[in-house]
Amino acid sequence: MDILRFTTAGSVDDGKSTLIGRLLYDSKSIFEDQLAAVEESSRRRGDAVVNLALLTDGLKAEREQGITIDVAYRYFATPRRKFIIADTPGHIQYTRNMVTGASTANLAIILVDARKGVIEQTKRHSFIADLLRIQHVVVAVNKMDLVDYDQAVYDGIVEEYKAFASRLDNLVEILTIPISALNGDNVVDKSDRMPWYQGPSLLYHLETVYVGGEHNHVDARLPVQWVIRPQSNEWHDFRGYTGRVAGGVFKPGDDVTILPSGFTTQVKEIHTDAGLLPEAFAPQSVTLTFANEIDISRGDMIVKANNPPLVSQDIEAMICWFSQTPMAERGKYVLRHTTRETQAAIQHVRYLVDIDTLHKVEGGRSFAMNDIGRVGIRTAVPLIHDAYRRNRITGSFILIHPGSNETVAAGMIL
Amino acid sequence: MPDYNLSHLDQLEAEAIYVLRETAAQFRKPALLFSGGKDSIVMAHLARKAFWPAKMPFPLVHIDTGHNFPETIAYRDEFVAALGAELLVGSVQESIDAGDVAEEKGVNASRNKLQTVTLLATIEAHRYDACLGGGRRDEEKARAKERFFSHRDEFGQWDPKNQRPELWNLFNGRRHEGEHFRVFPLSNFTEMDVWLYIQREEIPLPSLYFAHERDVFARNGSLLAVTDFVTVQPGETVERKLVRFRTIGDATCTGAVESAARTIEEIIEEVAASRQTERGTRADDRRSETAMEDRKREGYF
Ligand SMILES: Nc1nc2c(ncn2[C@@H]2O[C@H](COP(=O)(O)OP(=O)(O)O)[C@@H](O)[C@H]2O)c(=O)[nH]1
Ligand SMILES: [Mg+2]
Repeated sequence: MDILRFTTAGSVDDGKSTLIGRLLYDSKSIFEDQLAAVEESSRRRGDAVVNLALLTDGLKAEREQGITIDVAYRYFATPRRKFIIADTPGHIQYTRNMVTGASTANLAIILVDARKGVIEQTKRHSFIADLLRIQHVVVAVNKMDLVDYDQAVYDGIVEEYKAFASRLDNLVEILTIPISALNGDNVVDKSDRMPWYQGPSLLYHLETVYVGGEHNHVDARLPVQWVIRPQSNEWHDFRGYTGRVAGGVFKPGDDVTILPSGFTTQVKEIHTDAGLLPEAFAPQSVTLTFANEIDISRGDMIVKANNPPLVSQDIEAMICWFSQTPMAERGKYVLRHTTRETQAAIQHVRYLVDIDTLHKVEGGRSFAMNDIGRVGIRTAVPLIHDAYRRNRITGSFILIHPGSNETVAAGMIL
Repeated sequence: MPDYNLSHLDQLEAEAIYVLRETAAQFRKPALLFSGGKDSIVMAHLARKAFWPAKMPFPLVHIDTGHNFPETIAYRDEFVAALGAELLVGSVQESIDAGDVAEEKGVNASRNKLQTVTLLATIEAHRYDACLGGGRRDEEKARAKERFFSHRDEFGQWDPKNQRPELWNLFNGRRHEGEHFRVFPLSNFTEMDVWLYIQREEIPLPSLYFAHERDVFARNGSLLAVTDFVTVQPGETVERKLVRFRTIGDATCTGAVESAARTIEEIIEEVAASRQTERGTRADDRRSETAMEDRKREGYF
């Protein structure tokens, strides 16, 4: 059994909560006391039907206002897989939530209301999925029951979506499925009401889609997190360098380079409390020892000698602005990348993206909340990185406001 | 190319260890909140792995309501000794004696909520800037909104509507003096994952988790154990039943479930078939629809 992390996107009322509720319900992941509590709240609020959205909308303000404010994580499992759902609000001003949910997702379900077809929100969500390099997208054409399960309606939407998606370059796989989240058609089981649909049910696809290629297993990268020095008699000379493998494979005997110092050595052993490992790969958390005693500390990156990453103080990146406070012109921020922090100055605003048209808008000088665009950044020390399209871990960063300590932006290195 | 795919337990373990190491690295003085329940036991087990063969670079802190099942304390002391970790106890009784907090009154009185005061006082006294907790997002709807690194202001308060976005595996632990963080390495574990992990790692647990005979009585839909800390009311009947606990907390508000599961395997079967959440046995969560959010805002675990 492995894990699939997915996110749901769609406009308000497209049926995200209903769909999640159905997946949880049909996989028996909703408990009786949860259901009873939701029924009770629905009754008190005067809802006509049991409002499954109350399962995910957990905060008081959300329940009072009937909206989703923040990303909520839900879990369910089938015998094949464990699933982690990031349920992100569909409201226009919440682009940042979708970016957040998408950053750890393997797959995005984008809901489209069969009566409305592809709308601006659909394009927005697809653009974000693409920008964050989610490799699998499912376009779920929902509420098919309200269009009489009509194939022509579905085909029209699929055609329109494919025309739009051809302008996005990263999406590896797009699957379109006609569903009714309310009635369960094509959600868990194939529906008799749409015999013209030849593809899998949504759950079958979620259970079987291949996500083994999500991590980069080519370029060996280990950002050092913490150095272990036991200082006990038994482990007197032990120097273990820990971290989560961000890419590639490390084996004992491998020639490695420590960046930024440039020192070289060999991997001696890969330790765990249960014994030695023959190899380490992403996303394992490991402890390495090396043949020579050299100075290595948190923030350094261990790489294979023959396969170096990029090292530069000037980077180009796509960023999404999260803060209510707009970006200061040529502002200075703290940049957190892998296990290091450095100062960074926004040198250039190259363009902002109009995410409804996908047009690049030049001439802007700042970013406001939910703006997405390209910037040139200069850092105080060189960033040891890869392009985000090669490696999501070594290619991503966040910007932190040095005064408030808030996370103000997320970035993907080009 | 070989298939470099990790099982779900391996992925969860790798993530938790990453979070634990990140906590050690980003904070000046972290502590691990240890209740003696299965989640904090699993967290401590992971902490041992994360820093092995060195000792974990933070103490375990137990906020003791004084209303413990004796089994919990016996287990705690043995477990901590085996880990070779440092244990610090914050006492709710002392907070009450000092007049910092008043004991709740009435039949449903519990020290559960009082723990927040002792917890925050302990954090302040030791100037901890990060407290690792065993909370999981599947436990409760307010917890579903928690970050791995969850900010608390100088009064220990959580502002759930205004949380820092958390992307990839980049955790922002920057804070001002007096503020602290709660860190949840098990965020993505479910109850079932915890049990499967306990089974795989052969982690010993307090005997309370396994079926045993005990005097219990029904109150507010829970089966409460007869202990020195609760008074059986007229009209409540005590019966001897075969029970176990799904969560372990304050003896006054943690309900038992009828069960014959005596091994981890049997518990896993039971959890898989269960139609009630584990916190369904907790009277503290049922006080209101948003009881957990309310307590968490004030600084609860
Ligand atoms: N007829 C029909 N109604 C649906 C379907 N899916 C969702 N709905 C209804 O659409 C409304 C909005 O659904 P909800 O799940 O709250 O949407 P969200 O805002 O995307 O989470 C609710 O009244 C649902 O009952 C469907 O497949 N068919
Ligand atoms: Mg919703």
